[in-house]
Amino acid sequence: MINLPRTLTLVTMTALMLSACATKPDPIPEPQPVVEETPAPIMEPESRPEVLAPVQSPSTSLAPNQPFPGSLEDFAYSTGGDARIYFSYDQFTLSADARQTLRQQAEWLNRYNSYTAVVEGHADERGTRQYNIALGARRANSVKAFLVSQGVEPSRLTTVSYGKERPIDGRSNEEGWARNRNGYTNLRPVGQS
Amino acid sequence: MATMIRYFILLMALLGLAVPAASLAQIEVDITEGNVDPVPIAVPNFLGQDPETRALGEQIAEVIRADLESSALFRALDPASFLETQTNIDYEPTFADWRVIKADALASGRIVRDAPGRVRVEFRLWDVFAGTQLQGIRFSTTTSNWRRTAHKASDAIYKALTGEEGYFDSRIVFVDQRGPKTNRQKRLAIMDQDGFNPQYLLGGSDLVISPQFDPNSQTITFMSYETLPPQVYLLNIETGRRELLGSFPGMTFAPRFSPDGRNLVLSMELRGNIDIYTMDLMTRSTERLTTDAGIDVSASFAPDGRRMVFQSDRGGTPQLYTMNADGSSPKRISFGDGRYNQPVWSPRGDKIAFVRQNRGKFSIGIMDPDGRNERILTDDYLVDMPSWSPNGRVIVFTKETRGIDSRAELWSVDMTGRNLKRVETPGQATDPAWSPILD
Repeated sequence: MINLPRTLTLVTMTALMLSACATKPDPIPEPQPVVEETPAPIMEPESRPEVLAPVQSPSTSLAPNQPFPGSLEDFAYSTGGDARIYFSYDQFTLSADARQTLRQQAEWLNRYNSYTAVVEGHADERGTRQYNIALGARRANSVKAFLVSQGVEPSRLTTVSYGKERPIDGRSNEEGWARNRNGYTNLRPVGQS
Repeated sequence: MATMIRYFILLMALLGLAVPAASLAQIEVDITEGNVDPVPIAVPNFLGQDPETRALGEQIAEVIRADLESSALFRALDPASFLETQTNIDYEPTFADWRVIKADALASGRIVRDAPGRVRVEFRLWDVFAGTQLQGIRFSTTTSNWRRTAHKASDAIYKALTGEEGYFDSRIVFVDQRGPKTNRQKRLAIMDQDGFNPQYLLGGSDLVISPQFDPNSQTITFMSYETLPPQVYLLNIETGRRELLGSFPGMTFAPRFSPDGRNLVLSMELRGNIDIYTMDLMTRSTERLTTDAGIDVSASFAPDGRRMVFQSDRGGTPQLYTMNADGSSPKRISFGDGRYNQPVWSPRGDKIAFVRQNRGKFSIGIMDPDGRNERILTDDYLVDMPSWSPNGRVIVFTKETRGIDSRAELWSVDMTGRNLKRVETPGQATDPAWSPILD
């Protein structure tokens, strides 16, 4: 059904690598004629933080109402109660708060290997539709790059931008806009797409 | 003579030119706040041979009156005011009777039965003041096609009186929206330019964005979240055949056809970098046109296909640039205050429409292809996705209101900033794209 390219110039083949009849090209090849590639989003400015000692040993003493370790609920619980990190207006760099949350997410993901994640990038409504799709893509990539820098296997993370198409807050004020500018780590159990 | 002068004024208004003040005084055309007096035109119900053709004649005349009025360049006079009732359109009308009611032009027509299920729609357009026929046209059509025939008649009248191509026999594809702001269902839909005959084009379970017509009005390209990453699709609106353009390694979006329909221009994202590519639709080979680290998006071809306009934040904020169709010679053209987005080259080639974002407001504006003569036509909390009428005179766009109960609507405005009005849609709607004139 999919019409695939038969003749590709070397340049476009490497630049695009339209996934041919085989399965997905893995990993995605480097685009060839890159004059200036996007600089990797700002990672960890300081050196790696020390590994935090486990706060508790969940298997031995589960507090009442505490989610089951390794469950989706536990992911949110262990990473500050919200699987989203938030951005400033028209920005895709990660705040200190966002990095802290993502460190916790990475730690959890490194502990529980039975999940992959779709990292969603979202924008507030104050931008044109197509620009916001691009902006959301940059945000999703910032999140993914940081998680990878924290040791999460890149193949477990895919990115998608929803631009301003999927707001979580309908209000048109600073509070609503701030909530809609987010990167959402949407976990999926391995084996489910 | 007065009529001719009025037509001249009309043409000047169409061209977006300032009418010299001296000429206004001479001919007593009332222009207030940039408003040109619309030309009064009489369109009596078209004559019929029997009840059925008479009913058809009424419907057709009604559509013509509505079309002409919608342009705001004409005022369709109330048939109740007409003094003369013509019984045969092949005889000259009694011009004095039409001058008395201040009609500048008269379009009188009839419906004649043809083969079974077919009719001939004939009309004559008269210059009432000069007492001459401007046009006599006959359409042969199926009875069920009466609405399109009426639009074609409107286009013929528009052209005869303004010298410009019309745009009434055309369609608009858009994204129909249902449900609350935080849980919108979005479906690809199409309708006539006047809002009639709306229909869905796709089932509607997947998020779809930014449909665009090919030059034959047969194929629509759009972005869909049916797959991840989301990709650009093609949809033949006659056969319903849908096709994934290609399985790219990154998200593809913001597609638009070249004027000859042979190529698509689109943006692709790879690891957060967004660049513009073209794809040859026959060979499916692609060419990368931009290589900078910024967001390069929303490309639109000039009507000659040799250049395109796009937006880029390579300079720090989103601004408009033009470049050759092969990506060479990029040149920034927007230098005003604020951020410039979503440029669309007019099908006439003389203007570029855009969305400017400045001081918390969004505006629809136009500028020359070299960036000169920037002019804001309308602004609001949120406007987006301008699309030109096939004659390059009117812009349809999306308007969204503030807040939780935000409504998404289609609006139109002409290139002089006049005639701002809502375009009726069955539900809420965004992302309008105007078709070329239909064949």
